[in-house]
Amino acid sequence: MRMTKALSLIALGCLASTAALAQKTAVQSIEEYRAMLQDGNPADLFEAKGEDLWKQKRGPKNASLEKCDLGKGPGVVKGAFVELPRFFADTRKVQDLESRLLTCMETLQGLDAGQIAKTPFGKGEQNNMTALATWISAESKGMKFNLSQAHAQEKVFYEVGKRLFFQRGGPHDFSCASCHGQDNTRIRLQDLPNLTRNPGDGVGFAAWPAYRVSNGQMWAMQQRLNDCYRQQRFPYPGFASDATVALGVYLGVNSHGSASVAPAIKR
Amino acid sequence: MADPMRIRAQAAGDKATVRVLMSHEMESGQRKDASGKTVPAWFIQEVEAKLNGKSVMTAEWGPAVSKNPFLQFAVKGAKAGDKIAVTWKDNKGDTRTDEATVS
Repeated sequence: MRMTKALSLIALGCLASTAALAQKTAVQSIEEYRAMLQDGNPADLFEAKGEDLWKQKRGPKNASLEKCDLGKGPGVVKGAFVELPRFFADTRKVQDLESRLLTCMETLQGLDAGQIAKTPFGKGEQNNMTALATWISAESKGMKFNLSQAHAQEKVFYEVGKRLFFQRGGPHDFSCASCHGQDNTRIRLQDLPNLTRNPGDGVGFAAWPAYRVSNGQMWAMQQRLNDCYRQQRFPYPGFASDATVALGVYLGVNSHGSASVAPAIKR
Repeated sequence: MADPMRIRAQAAGDKATVRVLMSHEMESGQRKDASGKTVPAWFIQEVEAKLNGKSVMTAEWGPAVSKNPFLQFAVKGAKAGDKIAVTWKDNKGDTRTDEATVS
């Protein structure tokens, strides 16, 4: 009797150590897989398309986006991405990259911003939006996030974003923090960054826009947030809505000083 | 109209490594759309690489190759300044050729 007990204890011990080993290997092989993909990131294709779109004369006003002010003056793209979202005096709103692009597409090119916001991801003008966001983020690759909190509105958006991050709801009683409020957790094989503090270089906010290999899609931040809400079984937030921008401010300010790797590549 | 490829070619020693990123849907013909209808197959069938106009590699591809495929190969005897041209042709007859200079 005693013998059996001792034996089963040994067996249990073995099981535990194999599990620990297997877990480590899985994470490592994912790292390896990502490293292999890194060289031929198809985000390059979207980047090239975005650059063309920026310079191309389009819309009812037949104008390019080259005079678009992303926060560092009209036409300045380099470094703009790591300072967004920010407050814009002309629209009197805090805007992220995509909501700002909507403004520019409407004011400069005469395109219908409301219509674009209503277009589903991956269709029509939304594809152009993603390509533009990819190129603009790539222009700030390697730079460190430095979001302003100088304006009162920016502070308000940070607090609102924080509230939204911890707000539980939906049929699963989920919040963003349910998955992204702890260190070293995973969902299936994906590491979940802790976004309540700075997750470090190239993680979380600093890793989007990104190309998803599994579905061959390029996603910018708005689509990333939209899909988080889908997974929580929340109603979809509006494209470029204040709620999504506020979450962006919260995540972006938390990532202060971390380097952006966007456009990244994901499983 | 197909989007351009991205071709990078770098010489090292007596050969050059060529990396090609193609923009293509690569629809397998196995998937169904929201209304239950099969999405027609649409994929690259032939790939050819030329070094200074001379064919150095041909490949036959099928529907199992991923969307936006990445292709890497080595060309013996390619030097800096040589021209590498890559052509693909898909099952709809659409084709695209892009060229890069070996660096």
